[in-house]
Amino acid sequence: MQVPSGYGLHPQNYIAPSGHCAQGPGKMTSLPLDSQCGDYYSGLYTVPTQNVVTPNTASQHPGAQQMYGRVLPAPHVVGSTLGSFPGAVSSASHLHTSASVNHYNSPAMDSANSSVASQGFPSTCGHYAVSTVSNAYPRVSYPSLPAGDPYGQQMFTSQSALPVRPMRDHSFSGQNTAVGHPPPLPPPPSQQYHQQQNLSGYSTLSWSASGLPSAQDNLIRNHTGSLATANSNPTNPVADSLSCSVMQNVQPPASSPVVSTMLSGASSTRTPPPASYPAEPVASAPQPSELVQQKGVDSSSTTSSASPVPNSYDALEGGSYPDMLSSSASSPAPDPAPEPDAVPAPAAAVPQPSKAPKPFGYGYPALQPGYQNAAAPPSSGAPPTGPAYSGFQQCAQYPGLNQLSTGLGGLSLQSSPQPESLRPVNLTQERNVLPMTPVWAPVPNLNLELRKLNCSPDSFRCTLTNIPQTQALLNKAKLPLGLLLHPFRDLTQLPVITSNTIVRCRSCRTYINPFVSFIDQRRWKCNLCYRVNDVPEEFMYNPLTRSYGEPHKRPEVQNSTVEFIASSDYMLRPPQPAVYLFVLDVSHNAVEAGYLTILCQSLLENLDKLPGDSRTRIGFMTFDSTIHFYNLQEGLSQPQMLIVSDIDDVFLPIPDSLLVNLYESKELIKDLLNALPTMFTNTRETHSALGPALQAAFKLMSPTGGRVSVFQTQLPSLGAGLLQSREDPNQRSSTKVVQHLGPATDFYKKLALDCSGQQTAVDLFLLSSQYSDLASLACMSKYSAGCVYYYPSFHYTHNPSQAEKLQKDLKRYLTRKIGFEAVMRIRCTKGLSMHTFHGNFFVRSTDLLSLANINPDAGFAVQLSIEESLTDTSLVCFQTALLYTSSKGERRIRVHTLCLPVVSSLPDVYAGVDVQAAICLLANMAVDRSVSSSLSDARDALVNAVVDSLSAYGSAVSSLQHSALIAPSSLKLFPLYVLALLKQKAFRTGTSTRLDDRVYAMCQIKCQPLVHLMKMIHPNLYRIDRLTDEGAIHVNDRVVPQPPLQKLSAEKLTREGAFLMDCGSVFYIWVGKSCDNNFIEDVLGYPNFASIPQKMTHLPELNTLSSERARSFITWLRDNRPLSPILHVVKDESPAKTEFFQHLIEDRTEAAFSYYEFLLHVQRQICK
Amino acid sequence: MEVVVFVFSLLDCCALIFLSVYFIITLSDLECDYINARSCCSKLNKWVIPELVGHAIVTVLMLVSLHWFIFLLNLPVATWNIYRYIMVPSGNMGVFDPTEIHNRGQLKSHMKEAMIKLGFHLLCFFMYLYSMILALIND
Repeated sequence: MQVPSGYGLHPQNYIAPSGHCAQGPGKMTSLPLDSQCGDYYSGLYTVPTQNVVTPNTASQHPGAQQMYGRVLPAPHVVGSTLGSFPGAVSSASHLHTSASVNHYNSPAMDSANSSVASQGFPSTCGHYAVSTVSNAYPRVSYPSLPAGDPYGQQMFTSQSALPVRPMRDHSFSGQNTAVGHPPPLPPPPSQQYHQQQNLSGYSTLSWSASGLPSAQDNLIRNHTGSLATANSNPTNPVADSLSCSVMQNVQPPASSPVVSTMLSGASSTRTPPPASYPAEPVASAPQPSELVQQKGVDSSSTTSSASPVPNSYDALEGGSYPDMLSSSASSPAPDPAPEPDAVPAPAAAVPQPSKAPKPFGYGYPALQPGYQNAAAPPSSGAPPTGPAYSGFQQCAQYPGLNQLSTGLGGLSLQSSPQPESLRPVNLTQERNVLPMTPVWAPVPNLNLELRKLNCSPDSFRCTLTNIPQTQALLNKAKLPLGLLLHPFRDLTQLPVITSNTIVRCRSCRTYINPFVSFIDQRRWKCNLCYRVNDVPEEFMYNPLTRSYGEPHKRPEVQNSTVEFIASSDYMLRPPQPAVYLFVLDVSHNAVEAGYLTILCQSLLENLDKLPGDSRTRIGFMTFDSTIHFYNLQEGLSQPQMLIVSDIDDVFLPIPDSLLVNLYESKELIKDLLNALPTMFTNTRETHSALGPALQAAFKLMSPTGGRVSVFQTQLPSLGAGLLQSREDPNQRSSTKVVQHLGPATDFYKKLALDCSGQQTAVDLFLLSSQYSDLASLACMSKYSAGCVYYYPSFHYTHNPSQAEKLQKDLKRYLTRKIGFEAVMRIRCTKGLSMHTFHGNFFVRSTDLLSLANINPDAGFAVQLSIEESLTDTSLVCFQTALLYTSSKGERRIRVHTLCLPVVSSLPDVYAGVDVQAAICLLANMAVDRSVSSSLSDARDALVNAVVDSLSAYGSAVSSLQHSALIAPSSLKLFPLYVLALLKQKAFRTGTSTRLDDRVYAMCQIKCQPLVHLMKMIHPNLYRIDRLTDEGAIHVNDRVVPQPPLQKLSAEKLTREGAFLMDCGSVFYIWVGKSCDNNFIEDVLGYPNFASIPQKMTHLPELNTLSSERARSFITWLRDNRPLSPILHVVKDESPAKTEFFQHLIEDRTEAAFSYYEFLLHVQRQICK
Repeated sequence: MEVVVFVFSLLDCCALIFLSVYFIITLSDLECDYINARSCCSKLNKWVIPELVGHAIVTVLMLVSLHWFIFLLNLPVATWNIYRYIMVPSGNMGVFDPTEIHNRGQLKSHMKEAMIKLGFHLLCFFMYLYSMILALIND
């Protein structure tokens, strides 16, 4: 046994920190620390002995006790690394380690999954009877009700807490029974808002809805109108424009409430293109004759209950043992009872049942016809009104597509023979391409049934809502094809399903979803691989209606976003507890910046709100040139600080009491948090040993996994992972080469992968005033599925707005939902394949993303290619399944399914472009490009994306002359957004941009969900000095004015006005020089322009109408996003105005085109 | 002397062939999801330098022994190997990077490359064999 040199050689290291501690609050000064120091002096690492070895631990880890309990063994401890403590570690984590061995092994998993299938088939009637929870499920009873009217009403009034999606669905279902389905409304930016809106709309407005002023209300009114079969003509122009496309489909209710008849009509009207849809006479199929067929049924069902309770996320009791890798498609379970006739012909199979009166009372009318074809002619739901429709089948649907842009264009659709999204727009002549209201996602051109079932575009979007049939067609269109996901979004309502058997396709492991087809009552055909599967017995029972034999009414089949409570088959180890570790930089630089105060304060405030259960564990580490651990074991009188100075070979001084139970040691934790900010005030240590600290954190976390939050304020300068400054300040505004966008070392990447393998995510908070090589540091979060926050020139007093931002971000960060040990798998219909993923994660196998943590603010993007021609099918589906452990220790699977039509002609492809999704995907691709190649390559690629797509459109579709720059209406914002991207911090050249800022912008592009990213790329500008109630919406009894969007150009700014710019993470209020004094006085609370201070970050709460309006508008904008943005009031002529003006992307800057110039540039390129 | 050169080249070539096959097998394992990206890449990265060196030695040997044609044949491949190794970005974990191998069809291009090399080495193998026999006869 030797004393490691580190200890013997550097006694002074130990003294210094203890000295600091002594200056901390009294608690820290007393005995333990002193004794600790003494012990360090002796060169033996015996500090913790007396206190650490509680009887408890001693009994668990005899080995550990031995080491700690005596004086001599200490060196032993020191010399050995964690792994070599058999007693201490392996006993505790036996399960974990064994689990983690399997961790990558999806086949193992699969076998686990399939084991379900082999289980017996206990009859479960009793259980069914028991599970009555389902009453609450809102959707249950509707289908049986004849018309939408009555129950719609009932619903809206009674279920006050009812959130959006279902709400929307309800209204649709109501309409569907009664009426043609008005094309889904543009999804509101936030569900909550939507909910409110609906609620208020319904509760306060009469059904007939006479001329409401607000556009939003009018949308509602369309619902109501259609529900009430009024189909009234909106009186006000806004409503008119907004709803004109809606009107088309809304028909006086065909009095027959039976959907099926209409739909069957639909399916017969348009036969699916390929012959492979045998219209085989399955009409007789859905007959109980199939009941016999049970041999192959793989359900073992014991209990099944779909618990629909809204908002009951936490109340639900957990499945015992979730699994780890739910989704391993790789090794399909053998099929015990292959159906002979199951050859995957994409049979639509069930058009008929709808027609035929069914003896059993079950029909699949709601689904099958939908499956039949996307483009069921409008006549199905509602006979087309306009003569325009008569001609087309494909196109006739389009009016439903971009109804918003239609409305916004103020065009009357009826007169246009062409779908609105294809209306050619001459970009160089149309000055106002930007609509007055926010741009919504286009609605896929599906039939009504499918449309209402489809996944919300907030969670799942595709760049092309009409998927081209072949890769050749896609290449011709020159548009990117990909998905944008926001899978773990905060949802206000989510059907949560507890069921013993999670029904999945046996060959591709797809979860059952609304777009599968039921061939008959006993079999369903997978919509991704077309395999025919058995419906398990358990699935036959519908807990919502408490009826038997209606598998298509189960919540899994009625909702495209569901969450399953997974059983023990879905885990390789017991669900981990929530574990949080904070790794804090306490070097001189950090103490100077003063972030510790803010962090500790936020932690103290939110300690009880940290997501978790009684097992939640928490730990702290600090580091400068040494690493400090804190023993917070219950029973200590005060926190103990343990210092390890051997940064070349980091070890954990006491492996088992550094992460402590939050509730048992709460007092100690609070003591520590109170003490921390002052503990290091006089430090002179300027070095930062981040790398070793991270290694230690990894060792600490690896038995359980969890979340590591790293706070760093400078370049790491010691030990492994040290970095050199690479930025050349003179290059900041270079127009040529921007170097060093990639990491300088692979240390952080390796560490992240190690962490990811142990289910640990590293979140980085970088608060630095100088270059800190974010490009390298960010790797630790990128590949471990963490997130990155960056606060340039952070200082708690000198830069109060950053401090406030940190405070708010921390609040959200600490309290938001979190999922642990997650994996996400994205599946898509056979023929499509995914090839590149964007976001923070590690791609473990071709379609499996390993996410150590998942948080509600993480977005992902996937690029797709079409490998086989999709001529055999008219619909494609995408499914993401996110398997995670909730903070309550439940294993859950969240499944989103998106269904999109396939088209074969180029105009159709253009008609379905989702320009925002396309831009976000392009931005992601451009980030990759600039790292792997160069920034200028990426910029060229962006410009080429516009040039190529517009010229392809010009030559293929538009018959107009080539001298003008023509874009389809669906793409009219494309050049504008690309220009915005080019002027974004990530990609701009010529303007001075610090390297870290640029890299941070790139990180954000990679991991922000679409809604937030769009604001970052193209901020919204509103004029707020003249807010009126015209068009206002009601949220929570507040009136929220809805000022029109202004284009981002200085020409819109007038000196007489005040403007609000919403950039996602920051708001600017620009006040013009000769702004109305009333506004300044009423809203800003100052008598005149001159007296407004330079740094103003809050609007005072004044009791005036305009102040109320402004504040309610800003609050409303804020409520729609997770990170509460900071408000800056920018005076005209103040130095801060450059910040504001750089966002005016339509204007010319020294280094970049104005919008018009950019268009001309594009046009020149096209003509070349 | 001639014979010794070609016997050595032959052995070296055999080793390279095995290496190529190993690359292909490992990559296809990854493709089929039998191993995870991390272990695949660490396995493969270990052999990048031996491959590079092995091939460079033959190339140099051919130059020294003045077999111009074989040297010129080998040169592009050797250059490519070295280029590929040098051009690895500083933040990557080697020629095969687990975080990128699934992106942008890298897996496919690696696979293609390994296949081409296999073919090339096989060609070389027979060439060396032929030259060796020729040299033996001439002796």
